[in-house]
Amino acid sequence: MSKRILVAAVSLALMATNTIAGGHCAADKTLTAGKFTIATGNPAYYPWVLDDAPESGQGFEAAVAYAVAKEMGFAEQDVVWVRSSFDEAIQPGVKNFDVNMQQYSITAERDQVVDFSLPYYTAPMAVLVGASATDTKPTIAALKSLKWGAVGSTTAVQKIASIIQPTNDPLLYGDNADVNAAISANQIDGAMFDLPTALFLSAVMIEGSKVIGQFPAASSDNADQFGMLMEEGNPLKACVDEALTSMINSGSLASIEAKWLQDTTGVPLIK
Amino acid sequence: MHKIELHGVVKRFGQNTVCDGIDLTVEKDQMVCLIGASGAGKSTLLRCINLLEPIEDGEIYLDGEDISIPGLNPQRVRAKIGMVFQNFNLFPHMTAFENTMLAPKRVQGLSKSQLKSEIEELFERFELADRMHNYPDQLSGGQQQRVAIVRALAMKPEVMLFDEITSALDPQLVGDVLDVLLKLKSQGMTMVLATHEMQFARQAADKVCFLKDGKIIEEGSSEEIFGTPKRPETKAFLARALK
Amino acid sequence: MPIPEAAGMTRRERYEQKQRLKSLLIAAASTVCVIMALVILVPMTPGWEKVQKSFFDGTVLAKTFPKLLDAFTVNVMIFTWSAPAIAILGLLIALARDAKSPALFPLRIFGAAFTDVFRGVPVILTVYLIGFGIPGLGLPRPWNSPFIWGSLALVLTYSAYVAEIFRAGIDSVHPSQRSAALSLGLSERQVMRDVILPQAVRNVVPSQMNMLIALQKDVSLLSFIGPVEIFRQAGVFKSLFANFTPYVGAAIIFLIVTIPATRYADYLMARQMRERR
Ligand SMILES: Nc1ncnc2c1ncn2[C@@H]1O[C@H](COP(=O)(O)OP(=O)(O)OP(=O)(O)O)[C@@H](O)[C@H]1O
Ligand SMILES: [Mg+2]
Repeated sequence: MSKRILVAAVSLALMATNTIAGGHCAADKTLTAGKFTIATGNPAYYPWVLDDAPESGQGFEAAVAYAVAKEMGFAEQDVVWVRSSFDEAIQPGVKNFDVNMQQYSITAERDQVVDFSLPYYTAPMAVLVGASATDTKPTIAALKSLKWGAVGSTTAVQKIASIIQPTNDPLLYGDNADVNAAISANQIDGAMFDLPTALFLSAVMIEGSKVIGQFPAASSDNADQFGMLMEEGNPLKACVDEALTSMINSGSLASIEAKWLQDTTGVPLIK
Repeated sequence: MHKIELHGVVKRFGQNTVCDGIDLTVEKDQMVCLIGASGAGKSTLLRCINLLEPIEDGEIYLDGEDISIPGLNPQRVRAKIGMVFQNFNLFPHMTAFENTMLAPKRVQGLSKSQLKSEIEELFERFELADRMHNYPDQLSGGQQQRVAIVRALAMKPEVMLFDEITSALDPQLVGDVLDVLLKLKSQGMTMVLATHEMQFARQAADKVCFLKDGKIIEEGSSEEIFGTPKRPETKAFLARALK
Repeated sequence: MPIPEAAGMTRRERYEQKQRLKSLLIAAASTVCVIMALVILVPMTPGWEKVQKSFFDGTVLAKTFPKLLDAFTVNVMIFTWSAPAIAILGLLIALARDAKSPALFPLRIFGAAFTDVFRGVPVILTVYLIGFGIPGLGLPRPWNSPFIWGSLALVLTYSAYVAEIFRAGIDSVHPSQRSAALSLGLSERQVMRDVILPQAVRNVVPSQMNMLIALQKDVSLLSFIGPVEIFRQAGVFKSLFANFTPYVGAAIIFLIVTIPATRYADYLMARQMRERR
């Protein structure tokens, strides 16, 4: 009896150790055995990481990071945070992290030199309005009467034309900075950006502006997709992808997104 | 009273004294010729009389009125003194008629209908009637100079200044223009000419002034100057000019 | 032996005719060679197919050309109101710079500073600074429109150049014309208006034509501050179709307008040269 209990206890303990040590997939594939090293920006921004404190698990990327770690079999305390600069991390070479999360868009060029996980976020289009139009309701009808602007080379142009069909012809610009200038100068009421960009612009760049709504993410837009960045050829990629796939299937990723990128930011879906 | 009277007129361009204390009187109906080597200051003197150049010192009187007072509006004076230049007189973007009409219209405020017959008559008188509606580049040099004279006459000037008006012309055209001057003289126009046409000056001038280095160094009737010049410089100049 | 004078031509004339024929043949042959080389050799280059697909795609051209023409009306519109404004302002600046009376000294300084500044700054910078800067001061709509301020930027820049050309034109009028006009009793203003300016303007028509052609192209710089004119529209199509053919289409539209204008300016210039001689 005691023997059996012992065996059970040992095997339980072994199982536990196994789990704690990174389970079947990630074992021996991380930078430090038994630890999952995640890099974020320096500093890390709202709403991706709240208060520049990823350890809290507060903020979208912080929350996803812990969920993925858990899915991969790491305990909360085995998650190690490091900081990295954005540009440095997309260079080829040895990394000091297992994965890096700071809104890296997955692009073919970057994929040549580093590896990306499956996307953990597909940036939806969002509407940023200047100070004079912050009262606009997040409905298509209300958006029609705005004076629109967009970057001419983006899909926002088509989106404005096909979905909003504004009464005034939109003004188009060469880059985000010019759209900002036009919003600041009140030459346009609103512009379409992907949500992360819109949030950043309204928080940091354009005084008095507000993100009044977001469209449901649609992959057909060839929208920006964020992936976890890894060293080229990192065997960990399979484990991370596996974890993300199961989170997508279970809907847990979507609920993290709803919590941190819709509820917390207060950017409602446009109807 | 003299028609024109100059007292110690001094004109400088920078350090260069071009008129160096010129005294000159021109009587009504007189034709005065200014002769002298190139650069002597003939053109400049005429330009001073017409107030195109401000003078540094001296006075210029027209009918006894000092017209050289600094700050005086030159327009009224110029309207009384016509001037014709060596070349580039006519405005190339206007016909002969329009050239002639411009000043009376702008300065005297007359309308085209008021001016038309008068100007036609002038063109008629100077045998230019058939050229009235031609542009300057459609006229010969001599015709251009005659139109320029007609244009000045249209302002009904009391005095006419001519600055070597024939020296840019082909020799065969010179005669026509000089004939016009003789005609004017016969009609009693007060005239001052700067000229290199010595034969003409000799025949027609009532008074000849020889300028050298900005000074009138000898003056007199045309017989005196051309017949019995006193100054050696005058003699030398005439010897060369009449050769 | 006397050479028979065929068809009443002299020996010299026959020789010259032969020479002319010869040079004509050489010119024709070399032109044909160059065109043949282009038509045959260029498609043989390894990149040709790719270039053809991305720059000369007929279906993309057909699809986008009407819309490009539409957008070009925006260029024409901006051009139409800018050009007269440039002519007027340019002339005023030129007159200000040539102002003689000492009371107008500040005007002269202003004119000089104006031309220095606006000729010294690239047009695109002026378009940016004025197009975003002045509306940024808080003007209400529609007075903050990029059409207004962008056009103003073009007007300011081009006036500076046009003013200099007008000045050159004023200088090209022989000083005797001024003397002649003054001696008739005209005022300085009348001399300028009736005698100097008409000639000055006529003298610089060919140069100003070239400014108009340049302006027609530079109108596209307004696209940087919002207006969707032909260049921006072509850019949107480029992104949409991932193909550069819309730019080629835009270039064609520009050429349709500017080539005749350029030929005409050259013709005027040549005619003026002949007249001067
Ligand atoms: N606007 C001017 N600025 C400077 N110097 C001048 C000007 N006009 C004339 N001069 C100078 O004044 C002098 C006299 O010139 P002016 O034209 O009066 O001579 P002129 O007697 O008419 O000679 P010409 O017979 O060649 O016409 C010359 O040395 C000339 O260089
Ligand atoms: Mg002279």
